[in-house]
Amino acid sequence: MDFYFGLAQLIGVHTLLGLSAYIVLLTGQVSLAQAGFFAVGAYVAGMLTVLGGWHLVPALGASALGGAAVACAVGFPALRVKGLMLVIATLAFGEGVRLFFFNFDYQIAKGDLKVGPLGGEGFRQIRYFPENGWSTGEVMLFIWVFVAAAMALLWWFDRSRYGTVLRAVGEDEMAAQSVGINLTAVKVSAMTVGGAIAGVGGGLYAHYTTHIEHASFNILVATFAIAYPIVGGLRNVFGTLLAVIFVQGVLVEGLRFMGDWRNLLFGALILLAMNLRPTGFLGGRRRA
Amino acid sequence: MLELRALSRHFGGVKAVDGLDLKVETGQIFGLIGPNGSGKSTTVNVVTGLLAPTSGSILFRGADIGALPTHLRLRAGIARTFQNIRLFGQLSVWQNLWVAQNSAADVARQGFFPRWLGGQGRVREEIARLLEFSGLAHRQDELASNLAFGEQRRLELARAMAAKPSLLLLDEPAAGMNSEEIGQLRERILKLRETGVTILLVEHVMELVMGVTDRIAVLNFGQKIAEGTPAEIQAHPAVRKAYLGGEAA
Repeated sequence: MDFYFGLAQLIGVHTLLGLSAYIVLLTGQVSLAQAGFFAVGAYVAGMLTVLGGWHLVPALGASALGGAAVACAVGFPALRVKGLMLVIATLAFGEGVRLFFFNFDYQIAKGDLKVGPLGGEGFRQIRYFPENGWSTGEVMLFIWVFVAAAMALLWWFDRSRYGTVLRAVGEDEMAAQSVGINLTAVKVSAMTVGGAIAGVGGGLYAHYTTHIEHASFNILVATFAIAYPIVGGLRNVFGTLLAVIFVQGVLVEGLRFMGDWRNLLFGALILLAMNLRPTGFLGGRRRA
Repeated sequence: MLELRALSRHFGGVKAVDGLDLKVETGQIFGLIGPNGSGKSTTVNVVTGLLAPTSGSILFRGADIGALPTHLRLRAGIARTFQNIRLFGQLSVWQNLWVAQNSAADVARQGFFPRWLGGQGRVREEIARLLEFSGLAHRQDELASNLAFGEQRRLELARAMAAKPSLLLLDEPAAGMNSEEIGQLRERILKLRETGVTILLVEHVMELVMGVTDRIAVLNFGQKIAEGTPAEIQAHPAVRKAYLGGEAA
């Protein structure tokens, strides 16, 4: 049973990662920066609970704020460029964050143990859950409360004028500004909300794995983040959830029995899915 | 209402608009005509801020708006339609009008949260009026990309009106229309004028321009070659030459 709980934890955290890219993608921006916000959230929450002795919930709040603040700061310069240039710019940012944590040391003694981030060795002993006696199932439920909250928030956005404006910007920026939409404000706000969601996801990730390091936030994670909403489609938030289940549940875990053939089949099945549903699992023409 | 002073916009060596002076009075329907490539659309893009002028100034209600970004020019009261229709195709007709609720009055009247995150109820009446005006009420839930060509043009006009503009720039609104549709468009433009909107009509179709405008300026190669009432313009030799080519009749 623990295996399935573990898988559900992973799917939950990756759904948050995917949703953070979903809202940015609604405005037509392909961002590879989401792994960077995810990393910021992970380190912020981990340091607050381990080094600061915080309760996990306020620490996750700080992760959200940290992710949002970094995303907002990145958003202003990054969203001045579009298309491939934006991909490169956000990729550079994500790598910058990773390299920052590769070199980031901040350890304090706790009893006879030194704890905290230690550069390339990473940040071990994020033992909030075991120390407080949470079972795997409880951790999973805890994670899914946040996933449900993020999905509800974005679902609400999608039904509000704000979400409709995001989609309008994604469709035609020139028309959008000509009907009075402030492109910068809209894009940066989407990036900021995305940063907050990725930050929470990172904070949860740090605590259920208990060990994070720079390599946990590499380009592959950034690619997964943007792939989820693309594979899932943009009709609504459930597309992203479906894509995470498909990728992590079916392709990564479900094909494990195939050994080395898995990686090959992984790529082929993603290609097949994209060919069968070019606009994503839940995509294509939206009904109002 | 709108005044352009020595306005120029060059693209490399091409002088798309070159030293244009223009004055549109409040309440007028002002026609801007000229052959293809004479700088009409560029003028509209510069006035709405999509393009920066190379030189010259743009005054709107006496204030220089040359430095304002596009969305603030709209809020100041300048709305437009596009020559090649630019709707939000994957949004419904209703949603196209919803996202365009950006007039200064709307921004001031609605609080931040109701404006952005509130439901559709608050603006229902207003959008219903716009749908009524454009004859699209029965298609409000249709995706904009599914509309017929004439309906798309009407929706774009309604979307511009959603901003409650005092100056409306229509960039070739009759392009691709048959003469029955042009007749309806004329009615609509005249009805708009009654509501107090000043209109700058950029157009190719003489049938429309001559019928509705109070005053016309003619562009050729980015420069104004004539200005006057429709009757004066029709009789103007330089205009006939630019339009019909060859000898002035």
